[in-house]
Amino acid sequence: MTAPLVDVRAVSHRFGQHTVLRNVSLQIEPGSYTILLGPSGSGKTTLLSILGGFVTPSQGKVLIRGEDCTAMPPAKRPTTTVFQDYALFPHMSVGSNVGFGLRMQGVDAATRTARARDALALVGLATAFDKKPHQLSGGQRQRVALARALVVEPAVLLLDEPLGALDLKLRRQMQDELKAIQKRVGTAFIHVTHDQEEAMALADHCVVMNAGRIEDEGPPERVYARPATHFSATFMGESTLISGTVAAAKHGTITVATQVGPLSLPGTQPAGTTVALAVRPEHLVLGATDGAVRLGMATVRDVVFQGSFKRVLAVSEKDPALHFIARVPAAAVVQPGDIVAVSCDAGDVILLAG
Amino acid sequence: MRALVRIVSWLYAIAIYGFIFLPVVVLVLFSLQATSFPIPPFTGPSLRWYDAVLADTRLTSALVNSLLVAACSSAAAVTLGFLSAWGFARFALPGSALLRGLITLPLTVSYLIIGMGLLVLFNWAGIPKSLLAAGVGHVVINLPLCFAIIYSQMGDHQINIERAARDLGAPEWKVLLLITVPVMAPAIFAGFFLSMTFSWDEFVISFLLTRFDTTLPVEIWNLLRSGLNPKTNAVGSLVFAVSIVLVVFFELMLLRRKPA
Repeated sequence: MTAPLVDVRAVSHRFGQHTVLRNVSLQIEPGSYTILLGPSGSGKTTLLSILGGFVTPSQGKVLIRGEDCTAMPPAKRPTTTVFQDYALFPHMSVGSNVGFGLRMQGVDAATRTARARDALALVGLATAFDKKPHQLSGGQRQRVALARALVVEPAVLLLDEPLGALDLKLRRQMQDELKAIQKRVGTAFIHVTHDQEEAMALADHCVVMNAGRIEDEGPPERVYARPATHFSATFMGESTLISGTVAAAKHGTITVATQVGPLSLPGTQPAGTTVALAVRPEHLVLGATDGAVRLGMATVRDVVFQGSFKRVLAVSEKDPALHFIARVPAAAVVQPGDIVAVSCDAGDVILLAG
Repeated sequence: MRALVRIVSWLYAIAIYGFIFLPVVVLVLFSLQATSFPIPPFTGPSLRWYDAVLADTRLTSALVNSLLVAACSSAAAVTLGFLSAWGFARFALPGSALLRGLITLPLTVSYLIIGMGLLVLFNWAGIPKSLLAAGVGHVVINLPLCFAIIYSQMGDHQINIERAARDLGAPEWKVLLLITVPVMAPAIFAGFFLSMTFSWDEFVISFLLTRFDTTLPVEIWNLLRSGLNPKTNAVGSLVFAVSIVLVVFFELMLLRRKPA
C-alpha cells in the first residue's frame, strides 16, 4: 500500500481556551479533489491553515509525502494557498505576481516569464500578463491567484473558500473550471467551503466537519445517500428527521417506534436502541398511500416554487414538532392547507444513531 | 441682514488668513527690497539680497548641513518607525498598548527638554556637539511621528498578502523588502517628507547640540543678532520655499490613494 500524500494524525488545536479542532485524522490521496465542508466555526479553515503551515497545531502531526511538516514554515513546505481575498501583490503586474514563487526559487527571468505565461494560459488569462491586479475583475483576480499558486508545482494546493466572493453565476462557472484545471494538472486540491452544492459538484472526497470534528467523509455520492451522522444528513443536503426507539429486531428487520407509529425497516440494531431516521426530500412521496413506509398525514405549511421542482414543508398531524421536507414535481398541484399522506420506500430511509 | 452676515464672515476669513500669512508675505516682500533696510517703503523688486545669501559661504554651508541632517535623520526615523510599526502590527507583544504609547510619547515632550536631555547624555557619554548629535535629536522627535503615520496605515488586509509571499517561499527579509515596503510606500514617503519638514526648520535642538558646523536655522539666528537686514528676509524666504516643497510632497504621498 502506498503512503497517502497528506496524513493528518490526531490533530487538535486550541486558540486560548477555545478548542477549534478535536483529534482530527485525515488522509489525502495524490491527485484527489478534497472538499472540507462545514459551517463557520467548524474548524475547517483552521485545518487548512495547519496544512498550509500558518498555524502549528497544539497536538498531533501533519505528514506530507511522508515527511513530518507539523512545524515546518509555509515557505518550506510543498503546499501553496489560494487565499479567500486572493492576496495578490497590488504593486506588481499580473505576470510578476504569478512569477513570484519561481523568483523566490531562483529561477531565471526568461524561464520565469515563460512559465508564468503558461500558468496564465492554463487559467484562461493569457492576455493579462502586463496588467495590474486592480485592473482585473474579481473572477480574474481569482484566476491569477490560482495561477500564482500552481506555477510552483506544489504537491498540494490549498483553497480557502476560493469562490466565496463571487456572484452565484460566476461561482458555478469557476467551479466547473476549477474541476477541469485540477484534472489537467493532477495536483491534489484541498478546498474549504460552506456551500454543499459546491462540495457535491467538485469533490472526489468530501469531508464534513462540525464543531472541530470530522462528522463524515467519503465520496460525495455516498455522503449524500448514506450520511454517517445526524449532522451530515442535515448539512449535506436537507433531510426529514424522525427519532424513535427500536422495539423489536429479528432476521435483519427492525421495528422502530416513532411519533408517527411503528415503522418496519431493514436493520440490525438491538431492541432498545434509540435511532434517528433520515429521509431525503426527493424520496418522500406525498398523496399516494402505497409507499412501504407510511409516515401518517401531514398539513402542508409552505410551498416554494424552485423552477424545476417545488419544495414542500409539511407538519405531521400526530406530532407538530415533526416537519417533513419534500420535493415534488413543478407541475404537482399542492398548496398550503392541504392535508396529505406522507410515505416513502423502506430502502430510502437512512438509519442514524439517535 | 444676510448681506451683512456675508460681509462679516468674509472680513473674518480675511482677518484669519491675514493673521497667518501676513508675516510671511512681509518677509518675502522685503527680501526683494533694493535698499539696506527691510522696512517700508518698498523699494524693489531686486534680487541683490538673494545674491548676498548665496555668496555667503557660512549660510550656504549651513544650508547644505541642514539638508544633510534633514535627509539622514528622516531616513533613520522612517526606517525605525516602519520597523516598529510592522512589529506592533504583526506580532502579539506583551504590553503592546503601553509600548505603543511610550513610543509616541516624545511627541508631547517639548523640544527644549529633549534637547537638554540629549545634551546632558552626550556630555556624560563624551560625544561632542556636532551635526551628528543634532541628527540624533531629530530622529528622537521624528521617529514617533513616522511610527504613528505608518502604523495607522498598516491594516489587516496586508496580512494575507505577506502570508502569500511567505507561502511562495520568500524568507522574512524578502517579504519585508519586496512586499511590505512597496505596499506601504505612500505612508513611508509621507513620514519621510514630514520628518524632513520638521528637521529642516528645527532650531532648539540644533542650537543646543551643534557647535562649529551648524544648521541653517541656527545660522539665521546668528545673523539676526547683528540686526535686521533684507538678507535675513531672503534666507528666511528660501527656508520657507523648501518647507513648502516638502509639505506638498507629504500631502501628495498621503492623499495618493490606491484604487481599490
